Amino acid sequence: MSEKRIDEPTGTSTVGHEWDGIEELDTPLPRWWLLTFYACIVFSIGYVVVYPAIPMVHGATAGLWGWTSRGTLTTEMRAEQAKHATIKAALLATPLDAIDGDAHLRHEAIEGGKAAFRIHCTTCHGAGAAGGKGYPNLNDDDWLWGGDVDAIHATIAHGVRQSADTASRMSQMPAFGSTGILKPAEVQDVVSYVRSISKQDAPDAASARGATLFTANCAVCHGPDGKGNRTLGAPNLSDSIWLYGGDRASLTETVTNAHYGQMPNWGAQLDPVTVKMLAVYVHSLGGGEKAAAPAPAPVAPAAK
Amino acid sequence: MESVLTRAGLWFAALVLALLAVAGAVDTPFAIQMGIVAVAACLGLWFTLRQPDYDAIARGILRAPADQGRYDDDVIRWGVIATVFWGMAGFLVGVLIAAQLAWPLLNMGEFGNFGRLRPLHTSAVIFAFGGNALIATSFYVVQRTCRARLAFPGLARFVFWGYQLFIVLAATGYLLGITQGKEYAEPEWYVDIWLTVVWVSYLAVFVGTLARRSEPHIYVANWFYLSFILTVAMLHLVNNVSLPVSWLGSRSFSAYAGVQGALIQWWYGHNAVGFFLTAGFLGMMYYFVPKQAERPVYSYRLSIIHFWALIFLYIWAGPHHLHYTALPDWAQTLGMVFSVMLWMPSWGGMINGLMTLNGAWDKIRTDPIIRLMVAALAFYGMSTFEGPLMSVKSVNALSHYTNWTIGHVHSGALGWNGMITFSALYYLTPRLWNRERLYSLRMVNWHFWTATIGIVFYAASMWVAGLTQGLMWREYGADGYLVYSFADAVAAIHPMYALRVVGGLLYLSGAVIMTINIWRTILGHSREETPLGQPAFDPAKDRPLLPATLIAH
Repeated sequence: MSEKRIDEPTGTSTVGHEWDGIEELDTPLPRWWLLTFYACIVFSIGYVVVYPAIPMVHGATAGLWGWTSRGTLTTEMRAEQAKHATIKAALLATPLDAIDGDAHLRHEAIEGGKAAFRIHCTTCHGAGAAGGKGYPNLNDDDWLWGGDVDAIHATIAHGVRQSADTASRMSQMPAFGSTGILKPAEVQDVVSYVRSISKQDAPDAASARGATLFTANCAVCHGPDGKGNRTLGAPNLSDSIWLYGGDRASLTETVTNAHYGQMPNWGAQLDPVTVKMLAVYVHSLGGGEKAAAPAPAPVAPAAK
Repeated sequence: MESVLTRAGLWFAALVLALLAVAGAVDTPFAIQMGIVAVAACLGLWFTLRQPDYDAIARGILRAPADQGRYDDDVIRWGVIATVFWGMAGFLVGVLIAAQLAWPLLNMGEFGNFGRLRPLHTSAVIFAFGGNALIATSFYVVQRTCRARLAFPGLARFVFWGYQLFIVLAATGYLLGITQGKEYAEPEWYVDIWLTVVWVSYLAVFVGTLARRSEPHIYVANWFYLSFILTVAMLHLVNNVSLPVSWLGSRSFSAYAGVQGALIQWWYGHNAVGFFLTAGFLGMMYYFVPKQAERPVYSYRLSIIHFWALIFLYIWAGPHHLHYTALPDWAQTLGMVFSVMLWMPSWGGMINGLMTLNGAWDKIRTDPIIRLMVAALAFYGMSTFEGPLMSVKSVNALSHYTNWTIGHVHSGALGWNGMITFSALYYLTPRLWNRERLYSLRMVNWHFWTATIGIVFYAASMWVAGLTQGLMWREYGADGYLVYSFADAVAAIHPMYALRVVGGLLYLSGAVIMTINIWRTILGHSREETPLGQPAFDPAKDRPLLPATLIAH
């Protein structure tokens, strides 16, 4: 214990205690510190009065301004929805291929579709819609299930391989290798044939054997020339665009085990206008096709 | 002899129980964890039966001086080494996971991915590095400021080793995929029970020593240490109430669900910051800053007011982690206003630390340890201003879920907790090992600068990244739709993630310099070097000015 003394450098008295050589000065609380502390307390009391704050038996005090976070959200959402109400009603009423003809509606649909695409689609198809292994590129003109705006709309609304949705795009390629339909050597022959029609390899004895196997096993879906079939979602095998890879190893894997990629049926999750906007946006990306040429009905377009 | 038999019996029982648990385990990770417990029990049994003076053995290995019959410092020496060791481990994993975020290819398999390494990093730095620093310094400070030896020396040793077992179980558990999914409270039920036993022992040693004091008053550092020990016990017990799926398995279910669970978790999480990382480290600050500066504490009154204000206000601030969630508005309001009111009580600690240098400001120039302390207090002040700011709801709407939070946490953790711990370690090592001085003060200076520049890189890059994310997420275009996708914001902050790795590497290299310095000090080496801040001295001019007449003669 030391006695109170005046500390020389500061001219302040010590409190008179000492612990292991440590003393304490009797400096008063800094004025600015105390006033700022009081100001924070006053601000807090005011905040508690105007905002919901004190829990009671049933609920809590509502605060003078009657503010609630849910209320604010509702107001803001209403305001946003009101902004889009007219255009959304117009989009809902206009058939898909008519939207294409109306520059203003088309612009609005593309903007809205782009925003929805960023939220719901980029996870698989990528920010630029270029896709990746197992996820189709939406910028090119190679379509699995059809590239006109109605076909795109149907794919988005009902998804791919969604068993709960009866209108979903459904196809199931047999796992030729793993189920024993084709022997490993035969799988290689089919792969050789596919590589020859896609002009990656020159035809040889293996691809000739593969041609026979292809006709017997694959042509029913992929067509006699391997050009695919959009009704069945069977990819064109004669071009250089590959969903799961066109090299020998990837093709062997595909023929052996097959792939069953899925896409959600967005119609069950999103409102009809958003699905429409998505369809128009995806159609606008570069590979969009005109509505099926032989379609004879110019006046009464398909409702969806 | 009887006590040896009893202790051996207890160790043997623990060994048998652990082996039974291994045999009956319902999941492999639990079996591995119990295997670790069995190894620990074996070691305990071995040391008990051989009955060596293992304090003396440890002293030999660690080059510690023999007990001079003053204070009980062995546990503190172990604690200093453990702090340095776990600090290095924690910083290293931190740099690794920062690199994983920037370059996802670095995620390695089941055991080396971000999801498992992240809790390893946070627990290693907070509980292993910070916890060992707190236990060691609290034992050092409470003895000196009470002028009493540690109460229950055996229990104090149990606290140290028990705490290391807790760390090993927690860390290996994370790598094995064991977690109860609560941030900063990831260890499962059996590790929680073990930590409770260790922590209650810690409280007993600390309070026992306070009770034995030969000073009439309890020094302010000990108020902070005691509040830290007590509150952490309460937080740990409440947040970890859970029901194990099997008594022989690692899985359990929390007693709380939904928004109640979230609120209890963040009441825990925020007060882990408040009482572990703030109150405990303020205890450290209140002893080591006045000792190193050799100055009296600035204001006794301020220490009383800011202590009680801090203790009272902190415990209510947790809901600010749950702004704009399912938590009722009233709780969010209270979380925010208590955080705003915390600003000045937090700054009270900074003022009391910095102003203690009154009359010794020149030491910032000459003493790199004081420099570390001043920087620690400055970072403490910055983070405790930033915290209340971020708790304001409209600010939080921008900052929440972004890297701003990460930057905030690290300016506090690297700046305040790290630097005040480094300065305490530099203060303690020569004194605990009876060395004349540290191996090198110039290396302390190098540590100071690498760490400071590292923190600046870290915090600045995360602030920029956080604001970028916050602004991009809420950016609406002219048509009323969101402009960016989430992935756009991820791509935008990639350069910031890379810069953070640079900051982390700098901070880690500073810690490497410290490790070498402390190691060489323990070995008793001294580096030959020019003292820091030596003013120029010219002997030729060291004379009075002579009148011209005298020179003429």
